[in-house]
Amino acid sequence: MEFFFETLGLTESAKLLSLSPPGWGGNLLRGLANSLQIAFGAFGFGLLIGLFGAYGKLYGGVVLRDLLAVYTTVIRAVPELVLILILYYVGTDLINKISEAMGYGRVEISGVVAGIWVLGVVQGAYATEVLRGAIQAVPPGQIEAARAYGMPPFMLMRRVTIPAMMSFATPGLANLWLIATKDTALLAIVGFSELTLETRQAAASTRAYFTFFLAAGALYLIVTLCSGAVFARIEKWARRGQPSLKGAGR
Amino acid sequence: MGGADALKKKPMGATEAARDANADNAAENEAIRVTDLHKSFGALEVLKGVSLTAQKGDVVAIIGGSGSGKSTFLRCINFLETPSTGQIIVNGEEILMRQDGSPVDCRQIERIRTRLGMVFQAFNLWTHRTLLENVIEVPVYVLKVPRDEAIKRARVLLERVGLGDKADTFPAFLSGGQQQRAAIARALAVEPSVMLFDEPTSALDPELVGEVLTVIRDLAAEGRTMLLVTHEMKFAREVATHVVYLFEGRIEEQGPPEQLFGNPQSARLQQFLQTVG
Repeated sequence: MEFFFETLGLTESAKLLSLSPPGWGGNLLRGLANSLQIAFGAFGFGLLIGLFGAYGKLYGGVVLRDLLAVYTTVIRAVPELVLILILYYVGTDLINKISEAMGYGRVEISGVVAGIWVLGVVQGAYATEVLRGAIQAVPPGQIEAARAYGMPPFMLMRRVTIPAMMSFATPGLANLWLIATKDTALLAIVGFSELTLETRQAAASTRAYFTFFLAAGALYLIVTLCSGAVFARIEKWARRGQPSLKGAGR
Repeated sequence: MGGADALKKKPMGATEAARDANADNAAENEAIRVTDLHKSFGALEVLKGVSLTAQKGDVVAIIGGSGSGKSTFLRCINFLETPSTGQIIVNGEEILMRQDGSPVDCRQIERIRTRLGMVFQAFNLWTHRTLLENVIEVPVYVLKVPRDEAIKRARVLLERVGLGDKADTFPAFLSGGQQQRAAIARALAVEPSVMLFDEPTSALDPELVGEVLTVIRDLAAEGRTMLLVTHEMKFAREVATHVVYLFEGRIEEQGPPEQLFGNPQSARLQQFLQTVG
């Protein structure tokens, strides 16, 4: 192993990236763990918002529909970096104001919670549109059949609409997940120590910019590849019962 | 229904009691009673006052040209369409409606729907579930039948419609006729008191119609109560105990099949029977 590094002239890099100090590898992995934690949380929170949003947009009253239209339009119109700054500072400020008004004094808001809240709100806007489209793609007859057999609305959503729309929603949701993993990098701007910020600190202290950013890039790539494999399985499951399209459409 | 309850609570004389029992008896044999049903889509009035009573064991065929309102009528019975006005009584239970026809109690609608097995023109099987899963879905999740029991029954039903070997196949891999037979098995699985057939063979290739009609014929023979909207006149004549001809949202003529097909009184029905051959 050492011989291998030596011939490639990578001894120095290997030392820098080693997991225990003085190597910075451990910091990078901690950053990655933080990033993934936020990406998971934000994606899940976004899905929840998206499901409510999609149902609200499709079946809600006029007021709810208008409110949701404002939400999705504004969130999707404003650059995410700007949104993160706004939501982060406004959100923490608001909570502090409320807490002070109630006499609790200022509270320290955890970076993870703030990150999940901020990215979740952004993800929710996109998820609303993805899921709305998917629900509309479900053949109405299948929903009607469930109604005709006396399924109550919530069971109908759980047993028929959601499973039936999954095959339409998975590609869009896979996109959203990948965007979530990379949007965590934007949280560096509010000082949250996710992968990108950790990388920058490591690079700045050692002057080995190329090594660390290449390593970070590789980590993001590994996350993407693993996600791709997982989503491929989810999509296969979601499309069960549908004939393969191979050879069709030509 | 509230009025009837109030009446029952009143002390009554012997004759009154007897009359009441008689009425109860008559009502007991009634599977479905629809009175003066109206339905409008915006300005378009599709049903202009249709009344129909089906006794238990009746097979009522509803025929009529396209746009006559026959499918709408059927779909109003289980509130897939909300009627505008009228009265619907299923197994002696009146569906409580507001002034605008909307149901008072959604739970009541759901409960009544579970007793009405509906078969659709386009099958409407759940494509992400196998045939067996389609058949057990409502018994297990809506009617809370134990899963093992539901599966046992479902296998019997699938066997009965000739799909015993297809239990683990997804609907998309089957022919239209097979899908419709599976849909009938799904309807039977809820042990319906009345079956509603909404043009069950209209989406099928001509050579597949026969297999579905065979299944429906067997059901009629075992004395199931059925409302059947159909374009198959020969079939209607054969299985129906009562035939209703709808024209532009009204019942133009009704009666036993021999009379309606053999000796139609109304000019419109005569013309209709000529065109559909």
